[in-house]
Amino acid sequence: MKKILAFLLAAVMVLSLAACGGGASSAPAASTPAASTPQAPAEGGSSAAASEITLWTYPIGDWGKEDAVKALTDAFTAETGIAVKVEYLAYADGDDKVNAAITAGNAPDLVMEGPERLVANWGANGYMVDLSDMLDATDKGEINEAVLSACINAAGECYEYPLVMTAHCMAINLAAFKEAGADGLLDLENHTWTTEDFITAVERLNAQYGDVAAVYCAGQGGDQGTRALVNNLYGGTFTDAAHSKYTWDDPKNVKALEQLASMDGINFDASLAGGDEIALFYQGILKMAFCWNIAQQLNPNAADTGAGLTMNGEEIVFMGFPSEDGKPKLQGGIWGFGVFDNGDEGRIEAAKQFIKYMCDSEHTVDAVKTANYFPVRSAAEGTDLSTIWADNEIMNEYQVLMPYLGDYYQVTTGWAGARTEWWNMLQKVGEGADVATVVAEYAANANAAAG
Amino acid sequence: MSRALQRRENIAGYLFMLPSLIFFAGFVIIPMFICILTSLTDANMHDKAMLGNFIGLKNFVELWQDADFLEALRNTFLIVIVSVPAVCAFSLWVGSAIYKMHSAALSAFRCIFYLPVVTGSVAVTVVWKWMYNNYYGIFNYVLKGVGVIDKNINWLGDSKYALWCIILILFTTSVGQPIVLYVSALGNVDQTLVEAAEVDGATDMQAFWRVKWPQMMPTTLYILVITTINSFQCFALIQLLTSGGSGTNTVMYYIYYTAFKLTEQSGHFGYANAMGVILAIFIGALSALQFKLAEEK
Amino acid sequence: MKKKNNSAYRIISTVILIILAFLFLFPLYWIVTGAFKTGQDINSVTPVFIPTEWTLNNFTKLFAKRSAPLFRIFGAAGPSAPAAIRWLINTVFMSVMAMILTCITASMAGYALAKKRFNGRVFMFSLIICAMALPKQVILIPLLKEMSALKLYDTLWAVIFPTVGWPFGVFLMKQFSEGIPGEILEATRIDGASEFKTFTTVVVPMIKPGIGALAIFTFINSWNDYFMQLIMLASGEFFTIPLGIATLQAETSVDLGLLMAGAALASVPIIIVFLIFQKYFTQGITMGAVKG
Repeated sequence: MKKILAFLLAAVMVLSLAACGGGASSAPAASTPAASTPQAPAEGGSSAAASEITLWTYPIGDWGKEDAVKALTDAFTAETGIAVKVEYLAYADGDDKVNAAITAGNAPDLVMEGPERLVANWGANGYMVDLSDMLDATDKGEINEAVLSACINAAGECYEYPLVMTAHCMAINLAAFKEAGADGLLDLENHTWTTEDFITAVERLNAQYGDVAAVYCAGQGGDQGTRALVNNLYGGTFTDAAHSKYTWDDPKNVKALEQLASMDGINFDASLAGGDEIALFYQGILKMAFCWNIAQQLNPNAADTGAGLTMNGEEIVFMGFPSEDGKPKLQGGIWGFGVFDNGDEGRIEAAKQFIKYMCDSEHTVDAVKTANYFPVRSAAEGTDLSTIWADNEIMNEYQVLMPYLGDYYQVTTGWAGARTEWWNMLQKVGEGADVATVVAEYAANANAAAG
Repeated sequence: MSRALQRRENIAGYLFMLPSLIFFAGFVIIPMFICILTSLTDANMHDKAMLGNFIGLKNFVELWQDADFLEALRNTFLIVIVSVPAVCAFSLWVGSAIYKMHSAALSAFRCIFYLPVVTGSVAVTVVWKWMYNNYYGIFNYVLKGVGVIDKNINWLGDSKYALWCIILILFTTSVGQPIVLYVSALGNVDQTLVEAAEVDGATDMQAFWRVKWPQMMPTTLYILVITTINSFQCFALIQLLTSGGSGTNTVMYYIYYTAFKLTEQSGHFGYANAMGVILAIFIGALSALQFKLAEEK
Repeated sequence: MKKKNNSAYRIISTVILIILAFLFLFPLYWIVTGAFKTGQDINSVTPVFIPTEWTLNNFTKLFAKRSAPLFRIFGAAGPSAPAAIRWLINTVFMSVMAMILTCITASMAGYALAKKRFNGRVFMFSLIICAMALPKQVILIPLLKEMSALKLYDTLWAVIFPTVGWPFGVFLMKQFSEGIPGEILEATRIDGASEFKTFTTVVVPMIKPGIGALAIFTFINSWNDYFMQLIMLASGEFFTIPLGIATLQAETSVDLGLLMAGAALASVPIIIVFLIFQKYFTQGITMGAVKG
C-alpha cells in the first residue's frame, strides 16, 4: 500500500517535471503554419516573408552537421530576421520521413538534396514550387549548363536551385596496396586505372587480406558507386542518352557483373549500404570503397580524424572507376535546394530568400565550403567562385577527375523505382542467381515502371 | 433482469466504457474503418482527398499477383509459426527449471530473461547489428575461433540466415513475460494432486504432463495470445537491421515501404491499406481461434 | 536411481540456465560498457570485453551532436541543451501520460466489461479481442492523416493517444475485475453508494495490483514503441530517445561508441524503473493471467 503510494507520488513528480518539458509540445505544432512567432505578419500580407521556415537537409558534406549549418543559418537570420529550423535527415530513412510529412500536410519549406529526388520525384508529383523565376539570364550564364538542365524539367519548371556539384569516384587504401604489391597498378598522377589492373589488384589484395571490397546492396544509399563500377568496367550504360529508358541489361554490364561476382575478395553484401561501406573502408577492413567523393576525401567518414586518412592513419587515394581504356565516365552529384508548396506565400517567399542568400550572393562561398564540394557556378552576384578552393591542395588535385564527369542520367523517368530494382538485382546476383537472367528481369521491371 | 435494471446497467456500463471507447474508437476503430474503405480505392499520396476513386477489389487482385507481397506474407506466417511455439516451449522449460529455486535466484533469473523486453528494440538492435556484422561481428569471431566456420557468414545480408537472425532477436525479446507467467502457474499447481500421482508411481515426467500441464492450460493459452501479439511487433527489428532486404520483408514492413519509401510505387495508400486489411483478417482469425480454444477449456 | 537422475538433470539444467542468463545479459552489458569504451576498444576486430580505458568521450560527442531547447511552453523555447536530454524528457513525459491515461480508462472499461451486464457487452469484448493483436502498421496511413487533421502530427500526443487506444489494457483489467465478488458490489449498492463511488472505493482497491502491473507494462511499452514515434514525430525537438538513437544509427553507422552511449541512455533509465517496480509487475501480470 505504502509502496504503491510512493509509486504514484514518484509518477506525479516525474510527470510534473516532464510537464514543463513535453507538456507544451503540442503548442508549436498547432502553430506550425505561418504565424509561429508573435512578430509574424500572420495571414496579413500574403507576399510578406514568414518569420520562420523549416529546412530538412540530407548529410551533404558538412550540411549534415549541426554546428556548421547553425553558423550559416544564424548569419542568415541575423541579416533577414527569418529564423530557420533545421532537421537532419539520413539517407537510410530520410525519404520516408519527407513522404510521411507530405502525407500529414506538414512538409518542410526547404529541402536540400539532388535533382533525382527534387526534380524527378517530388517535383514531378507536384509537391514543389517552380523556382524558374529566380533564374535570370545572368544566373543561367553563371551556372554550369549540364547542372542547370538536370534541375529543370522538360516543361521548363525548375524544382531545384543548385548549389554544389561533384564527380563521384572510388577510393583505395594506399598502404594496403603497397603491402600487397599492387600500388604499381595505379596511375597516381591521373587517378585512373584500367579494368585489367583492377582485377590484378583485387587478386593481390585478396591473397594478402581476404576481404577487399564490397558491392553493397542493402538499399539505395550510395548506389551511384555500384552503378558507376559496373558501367565502367566494360563500358556499359545505365540509360539511353535521351533519358527515356533503362539500358543496364546491356551485355557489357552483364559481363561486368559476372566478372565482379566471380572475383574472390569482392563481396556482394546485402547487409551494407553506401555509408556502411565507407565506414568499413575507413576502419581499414575493406581496402577499396566504391562510394567516395571529394567530401569523403576531405573528411573520411565525417569522423574529423584528418583529410585523406583512414582511422589508423593509412593514406587514402581517390581513384576514377576502372575502365578498359582507363578513361572513366564518372557519375555527377548535384545538390541544391527545393521549396515545398505548403500553400503559404509568406513561407515560400522566405524560403526563396534563403535560397538566394545561400546560392547566389556573397555568402555562397560559405555555403559551398560547408558542403565540401565544388560550386555549380562561376560567380554569384559579383563574387568569383572559381577560385574558392585554390588554397586547398586536395580540392585542386581532385579537379583532375572533373573532366571525366559523365551523363547525369538520374532524372530519367521512374528513377526512384529503377534504383530499387538495381539494388534488389545486386542482392540476387550476390546470391548466385544467373546474372544474365536477373539483369534482364530487373531492367525490364524498371522500364515497365517507368512506363 | 427487469427492464429498469437493464437500463441502469446499460447506462452505467457505457459510462464506464466511455473514456476508453473514445480512444479505442478514435485511434483504432475509425482508422481501421477508413483503412477498409480506402483499400477499395486508388487513394494515393498525390491526391489531397482522403479517399480516392472506388476501384473494387483491384488492389486485392494485384496483391495476389505481387511476388513481393506474397513473400512478405509468407515471412510473416513463418515468424509467427516459428516464434510462438519456440517461445512457449522455451519459457515452459525455463519456468519449470527455476520455479523451485531459492527466491533470490528465482527473481534474478526472472529479471534477466525479462531485460531484453525492457531494453527496447532500438537499443537492442544497436548491439545485435554489431554482433551479426559480417566483418567484425562477434558471431563470426566466435564461430571462426572454435572452428565451426572457416569463412565469415554474412548473417544479415544472406537470405538463408537473415530472417532467422531476426527471429532470434524477437525470441529474446519475447520470452520474458511467458517465463514470469509459467513460474507462477507452476507454483499454483495443486500439490496434493501431484503428490497423489507420485504415490501412484508416476515419474516426474508423467506427473508433469498428466497433472501439472492440464492445470496450466489457461496460462498457456494466455501466453499464446501475448506471444502472437508480440510476433507482429517485429517492425523495428526489420526496419533497423535489414530494411526488408535479404528475404526479411514482412507485411508490416511492406505496408510502410509501400506508403513512404521513395519508389514509383510510393504513396499508393489504397494498395498499402489493402495489405493492412489482409493482415487484419489474418490476425482476427488467429485471435478468434485462440479464444475459441480458451473458452473450450 | 531416480533421485540421482533427478539431481544430475538439475545440475545440467542450472548450468544451461546460467549460460543462457549470460547470453541474455550480454547485449545490455555490451551497451553499458560500450558507452564508456574508447574508439579503439569498441572498433577492435577482437572483441574487448572489459574497457582498457574508461572514457566519457562518447557521451560528450552524443551531447554535442544535436541540440534542442530544453523545454517549450506555449511556443516559447527554453535554453538550448543537448538534444539527447530533451529526448529523454520527451520520452518520460510521453510514457507517463500514456500510463496514467491507460490506467484510468482501462480500469473503468475492464470493470464494466466484467461486472456490468449491459447490452452489447459481448460484441464490445469480441471487438477488443480482435483488435488486440492488430499491429499499428495496419492503420498507419489513416492514423497519420487523422493526426494531421487533428493538428496533432509532430507532437507527443500523436504517439500517446493510439497507445491509450490499444485495448490490451482493457482486456487485462477485465481479467482482474472478474475476481471481484458480486456480493460486495451488491452490498455497496444496497448501502446507496453511486456507481462511481462503488468503483472508486470498492473496485479500485481490489484491482490495485492489476493497475500497478498495467502501469509498468504501459510505461515500458510506450517507451519502446519505436514505430509510432517514427511515423508521428518529425522535428528533432520532439523526438523520443529511441527515435533519436535510431536516427543517429541511420546517420553514423560507424561510430559504435556514440551509438552505445545513446543506447545506454535509452535503456538504462527504463531498466532502473523496471527493477524498482518489478515485484508489483510480476505479481500483477501473473494474477491477471491465472484468473483468465
